[in-house]
Formats: sequence, structure tokens, C-alpha cells
Amino acid sequence: MINSRVIVHLLIKDGKLIKTRRFGKNKYVGDPINAIKIFNEKAVDELVITDMTATKNGIDYALVHKMATEAFIPICYSGGVKTEADAHKLFKLGVEKVCLTSAAISNKPLLKQLVEIYGSQSVVVNINVKKNFFGKLKVFDAERKKNTSLNLIEHINSVVDADIGELILTDVDKDGELCGLNLELLKYVENVSMPVVINGGMKSANELVDASMKGASAVMAGSCFVFHGPHRAVLISYPFGGGYKIMKDIKNK
Amino acid sequence: MIGVIDIGISNIGSVLNMFKYVGHEAKSVSNASELEACSKIVLPGVGSFDKGMAKLLDSDLVETLNKRVLEEKIPVMGICLGMQLMCLSSEEGKSPGLGWVDATVRDFRKSETPPKKTPHMGWNHVEVKKSMKLTADFTSETRFYFVHSYYVDCTNSSDALLTTKYGNDFVSAFQVNNIIGIQFHPEKSHVFGAAIFEKFGSM
Repeated sequence: MINSRVIVHLLIKDGKLIKTRRFGKNKYVGDPINAIKIFNEKAVDELVITDMTATKNGIDYALVHKMATEAFIPICYSGGVKTEADAHKLFKLGVEKVCLTSAAISNKPLLKQLVEIYGSQSVVVNINVKKNFFGKLKVFDAERKKNTSLNLIEHINSVVDADIGELILTDVDKDGELCGLNLELLKYVENVSMPVVINGGMKSANELVDASMKGASAVMAGSCFVFHGPHRAVLISYPFGGGYKIMKDIKNK
Repeated sequence: MIGVIDIGISNIGSVLNMFKYVGHEAKSVSNASELEACSKIVLPGVGSFDKGMAKLLDSDLVETLNKRVLEEKIPVMGICLGMQLMCLSSEEGKSPGLGWVDATVRDFRKSETPPKKTPHMGWNHVEVKKSMKLTADFTSETRFYFVHSYYVDCTNSSDALLTTKYGNDFVSAFQVNNIIGIQFHPEKSHVFGAAIFEKFGSM
């Protein structure tokens, strides 16, 4: 059977690798190409690359090209994808999947168009989730740094209807906190027919076991693979063998 | 020299890079005279069946490809959509395929035992169906990166080189003499994919 995946999330700001906490303050981590070379050697299951300045600056195609060519592992690109032409260029540069966040809210025709042209398997949607003042889960707008009025379940249903290939659920309040993934989010996607990835707060890749039992196809994290120790010293690491090894070890116990 | 077909249906950067990494010379090929100069061919592809086939027909490469593959029988390896284009037809579209292999391309969602999740996305294992050079060093740890919603169904089960379990067992690679098709992405399957590229280059 298919192996559950442990995905590494790389965050880019103005061409540099950084890592945020709760979508706010960030710390410089290093050079993205160098990081990809290290993750290649560590044979990671998959990389998701989010360029958080791409919406403002435009997509850095030269950087995407370097990253995709350097990687002997699958890449999903996220950030600033606004048109079919953007996606076309990205696929040509060699990313396996393109991920939409803002456009998945504001531009449903684009979502459907990408699925039609490139196939479901190439199109991913990320939803940033944050509790509002009353404890209700809302879809968070990372650009404006505030919650939208969108209800989580309605938004999930609308992107699932577009026949996308994969759904990432990101808990904004857990981002970078190394406090453990929010597996409660899986309750909202029990009947979803595509793979679901849980992101935000992971402190150990072993959380994959629980997540997988509760229906996730993959877990995703940044901080726990780029920081080490209480002072968050930059140290790139990844569990040898990825999701395959973690699930195998559990079966053998 | 290995020629990697570049007709805008796939990034060939990581394919070229992987050949370089394992020590085989490869270059991109986009016209008939370049194709004539190669001793081996790789046909990578992503996207939908009809779009891929249309690009291939637009490229004016089909006639030379048919000659080199079917008459001169030089080794050819299709990857992902590239494998599917080698078949007769696909449930994804209306265009006929290249028809090099007696197989059709089917939709996971319409199969007898549809898998719980489609697309088939992530790392999965393969079962070796016949002993060939390409699969010589496979172990129980060997796994590859898949990302697809359609799969190849071979008419002759003896054409299957590898099968993979996802819902049904499906053909994750075929080999018919010099013609090899691979559903997963060896160029994105780090050490395991590198082994395939190394073996193909020394066929």
C-alpha cells in the first residue's frame, strides 16, 4: 500500500529561507538551494515550497527553476499563483504540483481550469485555519493577517467540488510553535476523497502515526526540520527513511 | 547519447540532472535530426493525455520516433504521461496514443475496486514481475514517487515489468523488448530513481 508522507515545508521571503511563528515574526534559516541539496541527501518524501513574497514581488521563476532542477525529490510550489500562465510556467520549470491558497478563495474558475488542463493530481489547495474570538474555525487571510468571514467547512466543500488533487490544512495558531499538530482538523475532512495533509506545529515526525490513523495522507512541518534545541539553532534534519520507515517501525512493534 | 524529448509537456531539467548525477550523458531533443543522433530516448510527460498527444503531433517527431523505436529498436523509456502516451488510448481523452504497446489507460475511479483516495499520490512499492536489468537491484525497501489519476492496463500480462497495489494491482512499469514505460517519477525518487537511470543508461 501507499506510504504516508512526511513533507518538509520551506518558506521563502525575498529569496531567502526563513521560518515564521504563528504567521508573524520570522527567523532567517539559510539559502534555499543549499537547503534543497541537504534535503536531497536526506531523501525526504516531498518538499512544499511557499514563497510568501511572491504575491507582492511576482513569482521568482529563476529561483523555482534552480530549486526544481536541484531536487531529486517531488516539489509542490505555493505562492503568488494568479493565472493559468503562472501555473504553466511553474510546471514547465519542473514542479510536480502547484498549490493555491488565496486564489482558491477568490478565483474558483482558475482552480477548475488548472484541474482541467493539468489534471487533479497537479493541483493542491492550502487552507489556513484560525479560531476566531468565539472559538469558531475560520479561514485566515495570510496577506491581510486577519480572519476572513469564510466558514471552514463551506470552503473545504467548495475546493473539494473543484476536484483538486490534495488538500493541506494549516493551523495558523500552531505555526512554528513545535507544540504538536492539530489532528482535530481531520474531523472536517472525513468524507473527502482526495489526500489530506495536516500542517502547523509538528514537533516530531512520529506524529505521522496518529495522523495517519485518523485519516491524513501526510504530515507537513518546517520548524522541526530546520531548528534544533530550545534556542532554535539552525540545524537541518530529517528522519531517515521518511514516512515509510516511521510506519514500518510501528507495524514491527 | 541519451536524448530526452523536450516538447513542453514536462520539465526535463530534473531528468537531465539525474542522468548527470549517475554519470550518463544526456541532452534535450526537440527536432528530428537531434532524435536521429541519439542512441537511447526518454519521453517524460505530465498533464492530460490529449494535450500531451497534441504536443507530440505538433512537434513533427512522431514519424522519426516510430522509425527509431519500432524499426531500429533503440531503448526508449516513457515516464508518467510519457508511458501512457505509448499505449493505444486513454479514458482521460479521445486521441489515440502512439500505440507502441498493447495497453489502454484507465481511470482509478472507474476501476472494479476503486481506491479510497484518488489521485494515487506519494511513495509506493513495486512487485517485480519479470527479471530484467532495470530491476536487478530492487529490495523490499525500494519505493517510488507516484502522482497520477490514470493507470496503464496491459492486454498481455507478460508485458508487465512492475505492478503496484493501489485499489487493484496495476502495471507501474512495462517492458516490451526495447520499449519501457514507467508510471512513477524516477527523477523524483532520489536513490531508488537514480538506480533506474543508471541502469537505463547502461542498457
